[in-house]
Amino acid sequence: MPKLLHKEKLADNITLIKVAAPRIAKNAQPGQFVVLRVSDKGERVPLTIAETDPAKGEVTIIFQKVGATTKVLDTMKVGDELVNLLGPLGAPAHIKKLGTVVVIGGGVGIAEILPAIKAYRAVGNKVITIIGARCTDLLILKDKIEKESDELHIITDDGSCGRKGFVSDILKEMIEGNVKMDLVFAVGPVPMMEVISNITKPLNLKTIVSLNPIMLDATGMCGVCRVIVGGHTKFGCVDGPEFDGHLVDFVDLKNRLSTYKTEEKQAEEHVCKILGVKI
Amino acid sequence: MTDDINKRIMPEREADNRIKDFEEVALGISTEQAVAEAKRCIQCKKPFCVKGCPVEIDIPAFILEIAKGNFDAAAKKLKEKNALPAICGRVCPQEDQCEKVCILGKKGTPIRIGYLERFAADWERTQKTGDQRPETRDRPPDAPKMAVVGSGPAGLTCASELARKGYAVSLFESLHLPGGVLSYGIPEFRLPKEIVRLEVEYIQSLGVDLQLDVLVGKTITIQQLFDEGYKSVFLGAGAGLPRFMRVPGENLKGVYSANEFLVRVNLMKGYKFPEYMTPVKIGKKVAVIGAGNVAMDAARCSLRLGADEVTIVYRRTEKEMPARIEEIERAKEEGIKFVLLNAPTEVFGDENGWVKEMECLKMELGEPDSSGRRRPVPIEGSEYKIQVDTIIVAIGQTPNPLIPHADPRIKTEKWGGVIVDDKGMSSIPGVFSGGDLVRGAATVISAMGDGKQAAIAMDAWVNSPK
Repeated sequence: MPKLLHKEKLADNITLIKVAAPRIAKNAQPGQFVVLRVSDKGERVPLTIAETDPAKGEVTIIFQKVGATTKVLDTMKVGDELVNLLGPLGAPAHIKKLGTVVVIGGGVGIAEILPAIKAYRAVGNKVITIIGARCTDLLILKDKIEKESDELHIITDDGSCGRKGFVSDILKEMIEGNVKMDLVFAVGPVPMMEVISNITKPLNLKTIVSLNPIMLDATGMCGVCRVIVGGHTKFGCVDGPEFDGHLVDFVDLKNRLSTYKTEEKQAEEHVCKILGVKI
Repeated sequence: MTDDINKRIMPEREADNRIKDFEEVALGISTEQAVAEAKRCIQCKKPFCVKGCPVEIDIPAFILEIAKGNFDAAAKKLKEKNALPAICGRVCPQEDQCEKVCILGKKGTPIRIGYLERFAADWERTQKTGDQRPETRDRPPDAPKMAVVGSGPAGLTCASELARKGYAVSLFESLHLPGGVLSYGIPEFRLPKEIVRLEVEYIQSLGVDLQLDVLVGKTITIQQLFDEGYKSVFLGAGAGLPRFMRVPGENLKGVYSANEFLVRVNLMKGYKFPEYMTPVKIGKKVAVIGAGNVAMDAARCSLRLGADEVTIVYRRTEKEMPARIEEIERAKEEGIKFVLLNAPTEVFGDENGWVKEMECLKMELGEPDSSGRRRPVPIEGSEYKIQVDTIIVAIGQTPNPLIPHADPRIKTEKWGGVIVDDKGMSSIPGVFSGGDLVRGAATVISAMGDGKQAAIAMDAWVNSPK
């Protein structure tokens, strides 16, 4: 079973782990994710692959403690084993040389943009990165992202790091300032991705978003992750997770994401009772 | 016994009682019943039943052992041809296969071969007399490596046959439990998961190396399998892609594909939430669209999860329903309603995005279509709405596209089935396929037949000069 090799607290609620998974490390490409379980009775939870080291056979996962599984995962120690780890899943990102790519990460989405920044830059794009979080304590991977990007803008809701405001404010200013942009790539909370897609749509500025619908098997078998893209039903787990933000039906996505709200709370309470931790 | 092949004579739990839990419904026949039934077999010199069995079990021989009271020997006889007898004894449609061609059926009741298969397999398991192993070739230390992809009925059979031929077999499964549709699809009350676990364990004991959490095409490619030294590959990834109705409102909360619903219930044990962490939500009024075995399973699971009213909505009539007759009967006994000659046209939601109504269109039967069944024709202006809060879409599955997508060298039919030659070989030399991935959603036993034929062909392929 895949062993935890490294664990690091990145922010109050955000943890980085490295797991031994040679086959996944070998075949993973930017944009892909894994599914893991933390106990025999556990749910299958999808998490983005933040980084891989094929030589060492390691996969890096960054997660936010937001539900039952991530709560349990956060209690695991180096040397502990995951019950299951499946991947790499999802369609790899289409990385092409386009010119200037603006990469936007919000909250824990910042972890997910790192492979994209590296990949877009590796094929010769200029990468302008915008990262944002509620406050400086939640702003992760700042140094690493700064190193990998040609240009970095930081913004926080409360102004405790960088400017005060939202990532979309910076994007808007760049548009007003006629900054040349060939692609926008955004990962973060659904409302953030929606706002960004709405800003770029009238300009016909191609925008890719990475969606996080509810998943179960995550291999294309159950269809719970279905999203409407350009009027067609697509499966987030195999057709995605990356889609054209101008075509995504965000209202439908938000509705489907709320399906198990009550049960998610219940599962978390159950797990916290067992672990003896506070919710 | 009786004159009607479809009359169930196996003892089973009363409907009122069984709908309260997920425990097995059919209880198996007694030793006396089994021996008496076995003695009815006239031991044909040229038995039709064997020809009716996709894995060619020596049916008269195992029945004769039961008649003589040698139940272990009967189990061993079964396992010579079928590694999953306790499973097949439960879920095979024998009435369409071996029993259909039994000579006794011409004038009276055919032998209940399925009941006897289950009896012998259950006897062996419960008496724990040591498992009855068929002849198996020893595996030399330098045995060639074979890869089997998918641990459903096709893959399990192919893997066990290859292991018995002396190969070093790796069996790859993408989910966290083996069994494919036997684990995620068929509910506990029809096929206890403990039985699946034990029959898979038996196949592992033949030397098959089971590797979970490996999605071939993603975790490892077909080419990488060959690079790692596998000599031949069998693809048995099944028909996992759910079909949707493509009507407005199908994405509302409360609309499940049957696959999602059954995975939540069977594989993830959602009925034990929150002890098991995956929830499954069920409404008061459930509509299941479709009338195959999957639809019956979904309907009966809904009832057990606590729905007040469960209705099967089907666009043809009872005669055309693809489900086994005994499953339709059991569903009816349990109180499932049937609304026939009806097809959903739209789903409506409440202000929170949950399903609240479904519009249906009434149908009548027209001329037969390509499937030979009479085509449902809409009756214009017959639309009406019914109140529902859960909809489960069980109108079929198509072959899993993931592997052909990952390796475009694999040619497929328009509808997704992997194209194979008469030996079961795909368009990649040395890569074989079978079961639902080739046929579209079919039966457990036909998949097993394919797995077995593929193992024979893979053995020949590996040993042929290239």
